[in-house]
Amino acid sequence: MKDESVLEMRGIDKSFPGVHALQGVDFTLRKGEIHALMGENGAGKSTLIKVLTGVYSKDEGKIYLEGNDKAVEIRSPQDAQRLGISTVYQEITLCPNLSVAENMYIGRTENMLLNWKKINSDTDKILKSLDIPAKPTQQLGSCSIAVQQMIAIARAVDMECRVLILDEPTSSLDEQEVAKLFKLMRDLKAKGVGIIFVTHFLDQVYEVCDRITVMRDGKLVGEYAIKDLPRVQLVSKMLGKELDDMADIHGEQTAYDKGADMAPVLEAEGLVSDAGIKPFDFHINKGEVNGFTGLLGSGRSECVRTIFGADRVTGGKVKMNGKPVKISKPIDAMRNGIGYLPEDRKIDGIVGDLSVRDNIILAQQVLKGFFKPFSKAEANKIADEYIKLLSIKTASSDTPIKSLSGGNQQKVILARWLFTHPEYLILDEPTRGIDVGTKIDIQKLVLKLASEGMSVTFISSELDEMLRTCSRLIVMRDRKVVGELSGDDLNQSKVMSTIAGGDK
Amino acid sequence: MPNNSAKKLNGTNALQNLFRNQIFIPLAALLLLALFNLIMDPSFFGISFGYNSLGNPVLSGSLITILDNGSELAILAIGMTLVTAASGGQDISVGAAIAIAGSTLLRVLCGTNSRPDTLQAPIIVAFLISCVVAMLFGAFNGVLVAYFKIPPMVATLILYTAGRSIAAWINNNELPIISEPSFGYFGSFIPGIPIPTPFFIAVICMIVITLVMKFTNIKLFVQSVGINDSSSRLNGLNPELIKIMSFVILGLCVAVVGLIKVSRISSINYSVIAKDIEMDAILAVALGGNALSGGKFNMAASILGAYVIQFLTTTLYKYNVQSDALPAYKAAVVIILVVVSSPVVREKFSKIWKNLKAKEVG
Repeated sequence: MKDESVLEMRGIDKSFPGVHALQGVDFTLRKGEIHALMGENGAGKSTLIKVLTGVYSKDEGKIYLEGNDKAVEIRSPQDAQRLGISTVYQEITLCPNLSVAENMYIGRTENMLLNWKKINSDTDKILKSLDIPAKPTQQLGSCSIAVQQMIAIARAVDMECRVLILDEPTSSLDEQEVAKLFKLMRDLKAKGVGIIFVTHFLDQVYEVCDRITVMRDGKLVGEYAIKDLPRVQLVSKMLGKELDDMADIHGEQTAYDKGADMAPVLEAEGLVSDAGIKPFDFHINKGEVNGFTGLLGSGRSECVRTIFGADRVTGGKVKMNGKPVKISKPIDAMRNGIGYLPEDRKIDGIVGDLSVRDNIILAQQVLKGFFKPFSKAEANKIADEYIKLLSIKTASSDTPIKSLSGGNQQKVILARWLFTHPEYLILDEPTRGIDVGTKIDIQKLVLKLASEGMSVTFISSELDEMLRTCSRLIVMRDRKVVGELSGDDLNQSKVMSTIAGGDK
Repeated sequence: MPNNSAKKLNGTNALQNLFRNQIFIPLAALLLLALFNLIMDPSFFGISFGYNSLGNPVLSGSLITILDNGSELAILAIGMTLVTAASGGQDISVGAAIAIAGSTLLRVLCGTNSRPDTLQAPIIVAFLISCVVAMLFGAFNGVLVAYFKIPPMVATLILYTAGRSIAAWINNNELPIISEPSFGYFGSFIPGIPIPTPFFIAVICMIVITLVMKFTNIKLFVQSVGINDSSSRLNGLNPELIKIMSFVILGLCVAVVGLIKVSRISSINYSVIAKDIEMDAILAVALGGNALSGGKFNMAASILGAYVIQFLTTTLYKYNVQSDALPAYKAAVVIILVVVSSPVVREKFSKIWKNLKAKEVG
């Protein structure tokens, strides 16, 4: 163990049934540094954090802490706490109906009798020393989210923590609040605390961090000092693509570039919802495939959810085929010929206990109306037709959808929307978590639908897929549309540099 | 012998299918209760023919009592099943709402005089008005649950507490008595027909709900909303409206039972009418193997469950269990039934069954 480090994790290995989540990952945190842990979905960041905080037990590997020559075993969150490893999560985990001081000391004292005067004055000292604008007796719920977050950090720091883990602390804060939080982080850094910072915001990483560790697919990609790793490099490491690995697959595009000349099916202007995205303009032509790209949390899904009326639309104008329409809830979008395959299949897509058949007919059935159910024979015929068309692997159309594999569930949802015969189909991460064969099936299907005149918006975390299927990419960063790429600009390096922004 | 074992496997499959079918649970409970009575006292199944005090031909016996009283529960079970499926919770204000519906009915029939010689309004008009009132109260519960996201048991606690007072207030705290004999038909017998009328009313309700489930999307929509609210919304459904609808339908069932209840005594006792009936209705849904947390439902199983609950009550009465002690006995039996029918235990049984078969075959 080197002198300056407070935490060393060596060769951490963790498997879940069917997934090798961490494969021999090393991680080092030094005294008084802010260390960003970066990676896309499924990279293994949260698993690593959970191993460190005792939520999961590791299968292999050793964890060393400052001042201990022997490896430590962290078996529970309490163990982690005792060893000086504290975590502050994205959601506040304090009690909003208690006072600030109560929150600071809850669960930390073994005395039945409490000296409230002392607790309050101690709390006041801590708050002052960290420059947190709150009073000890104030009810926590009356503080802003940022202050609550800072109090959670203060609580962690006061418990003599040496390693502070901040898991997406800034996602619900505005810019000023973020600035306050960063000041606190720098103060703590000066006091010698090692901070692990997990975030999706690139700008914030470059503003506050000293070092970056990048993970991908459960493996360590590398550890870099911030000045040695320009943004574009970081993005390429996160996505696992080399910069000069130019878009070679791009040739197929021309076949359906024709979409560009045709009339727009949907035009949106200044569209904005309550999900925290900046207003954006958007259009899609007949027979075109376009896509939203950007890192996780950049607002890709929020944009398409706004178009479909899934989030509360707070402003903007939408035209379908040149005519103004009002889309405030999903049924409005459906009546205008829009279909939406949501990002989270389990929560927003499948109706788990219902049969494959009912899941396929559901959307069209809603469109048809309450008093016009499909007969059992019709429903069976439709279901069998789509099961065959998309080669869905299921015992029968009567099988509950939840007992199908992820890929087949996704095909059922796809069948559901195809059956509504939409003019415009939005596919948000249709290929996430499904096997390679199905992925290619879905990509092919998208291109086929477009050639038949359907407009498709396709979102995927895998850039390859996007480049292969889309003829126009809308690039997002930090919940804002920052660029639009088509034609010759559609190659990996261009996309990545647009995603990264800042220094090119 | 390969042939033989194949046959055996087929038999196993059929049995397993029966085990897995939801209606197996209330059916098994019914058979167990019947068997118990058959062994202890076969006279339980005796049905005698006679004439009642009005000179009408009537059938009597324990089975007829079950058919008579169980029908009220069966009607409520229809609405309760829909509420449970859509909202993932239960309406505990059913008894109080029956008091309101019954009181409204009597108020319209009596007009200003609480003991009228002739009816002040046709029975059908009074019934329709009580339907509207009960459905409005249902909608009230539904709005609390759907829009204000109050857990159903808490939301309906309001009406549970206030309902019987509202019922008394509707009739200025008087006890109206209807002297018109035809009003009594709904709760007892129609002259010349020896089977209790409530059974026919229940059958009509069952036919109506079967037709509604066949000719509308109620089952698909209610189940979708109950299973996955968020996904249902993204498929264009309005989950709030569907939840409210389920409470309104329960309100209609409440009005029908209200009619039967006040017809039985041609009057009303605000504090006793339909007391604790909500618990039996909820039990009927549970006994029908429907998850009380909502989602998929089986209407036939719920209705059968209602008659099983009544079968149990009647059996306990038969063995002279005091009416105050009845709930305790019922609870004990219900615990056994519900635990045995829970997915955990059923899976265990199914596994044991499979192992046994595997051993035999091997």
